[in-house]
Amino acid sequence: MTDYSIEIRDLHKYFGDLEVLRGIDAVVRTGEVVCVIGPSGSGKSTLLRCVNLLEEPTSGSILIEGEDITGPDADVDGLRTRIGMVFQQFNLFPHLTVLRNLRIAQRKVLRRDVAEADEVARAMLERVGLSDKVDEHPSRLSGGQQQRVAIARALCMNPDMMLFDEPTSALDPELIGEVLDVMRELAKEGMTMLVVTHEMGFALHVADRVIFMDDGVIVEEGPPAEVLRNPVHERTRRFLRALDAE
Amino acid sequence: MYGSGILLILVLVLFADWQKIGRSFFQLDIAREMWPRVLTIAARNTALYTAFAFLFGLVLALALALMKLSTIKPYRWFASAYIELFRGLPALITIILVGFGLPLAFGWRIPGGTLGKGTIGLGIVAAAYMAETIRAGIQAVPRGQMEAARSLGMSPGTAMIYIILPQAFRIIIPPLTNELVLLIKDTSLLFVLGTTPVSKELTKFARDAMAQRINATPLTVVALVYLAITLPMTYLVRRLERKTEAEKR
Repeated sequence: MTDYSIEIRDLHKYFGDLEVLRGIDAVVRTGEVVCVIGPSGSGKSTLLRCVNLLEEPTSGSILIEGEDITGPDADVDGLRTRIGMVFQQFNLFPHLTVLRNLRIAQRKVLRRDVAEADEVARAMLERVGLSDKVDEHPSRLSGGQQQRVAIARALCMNPDMMLFDEPTSALDPELIGEVLDVMRELAKEGMTMLVVTHEMGFALHVADRVIFMDDGVIVEEGPPAEVLRNPVHERTRRFLRALDAE
Repeated sequence: MYGSGILLILVLVLFADWQKIGRSFFQLDIAREMWPRVLTIAARNTALYTAFAFLFGLVLALALALMKLSTIKPYRWFASAYIELFRGLPALITIILVGFGLPLAFGWRIPGGTLGKGTIGLGIVAAAYMAETIRAGIQAVPRGQMEAARSLGMSPGTAMIYIILPQAFRIIIPPLTNELVLLIKDTSLLFVLGTTPVSKELTKFARDAMAQRINATPLTVVALVYLAITLPMTYLVRRLERKTEAEKR
């Protein structure tokens, strides 16, 4: 067993002729929280989506818990149950109640029986503070509540690590806090997390490491205080100045 | 424009031979004679042919829609060719092909009489139209739904069955109901199969009754029966469409 949950080696990704990722090397250690920041179009979401193969890497390799997932005979579905994913647009299943959203993959993928699946679902809903919403349809929930349900849904699979793709970018400002609180709790409990975010406060206070990406490459990485307060590279400085100006 | 329209209607009403129209189209004793067989045999058969052809067509259409969306090219080619072929041909040609062409060419006899041949003939045609409707419905489900399902470890098939199709069918219930209305009317084409007295559907039933009594009243009767079925359904479609519109907002 290695202490790396995620290892990315010389990852390249093309969309047609456009090279979105131009040789990424990065690791996430088990139990570590890593935030990826950078301007839009820098390739950070694509990088995250390559980790659970929602995007297929053009070249390079990705190892999850020491196992190469980019090979032709990798068990993609099995791999994904170990990696929870939270999307910018929540992507809850609108035709199912909250409870059924949390139940379905447990039933169909993990083959748990209904009683067990519901027990896990209720426990996870309590963890994100939404026990009273079990029978609601997603459309009746606020954006912040929907995102918390989405986190609970991912947690129901007992993943070893979690990927967050700009989890608060689609939220009204007043709803961002409740989602970040849940994520902070998760980090505190030792979950391995790779988070693409624009929330610099979260990156500064919760992350163990920050990666700054621009134009398909990692420009710099290190402890959050250094990268965010004392960046070495001019491009990082420019990005942070532009954020401050907002 | 408006005035001349009213004038035209007025002229038609004044100069029409109302007695003749009444004698030809509205003879109550003829209508009474058709009762109750117009419902117990003719309408029942129309409903039966429609239901079987619709179910057969729906299953075929679903398979075609999934083939059309497949990553495997020959599947897509086959589905496209099928859809273009059977939408491009008159339904009557396909029905004749199934009813007479195939038995003539290969000695295949499709079992089940009019119901068997009608189900397959009409179902083949309906599938071509419904496949495009279903494909559009599947594609109307946001991409994030498939991604979320896959990220939870679901296989493409599981995600399609439990996540995508339930949402797609909600979207396409109104257009599918429209297809059903078209199909009800298309069952009238099954007369070419030479139906027996017990397998007549509404149109054939009316034609035979007309020939027997040398009068057009049977036509009026079955027209009313058709409308009694199709009007509530088109009304239902409109309500469903309005409901899905309201849900979108």
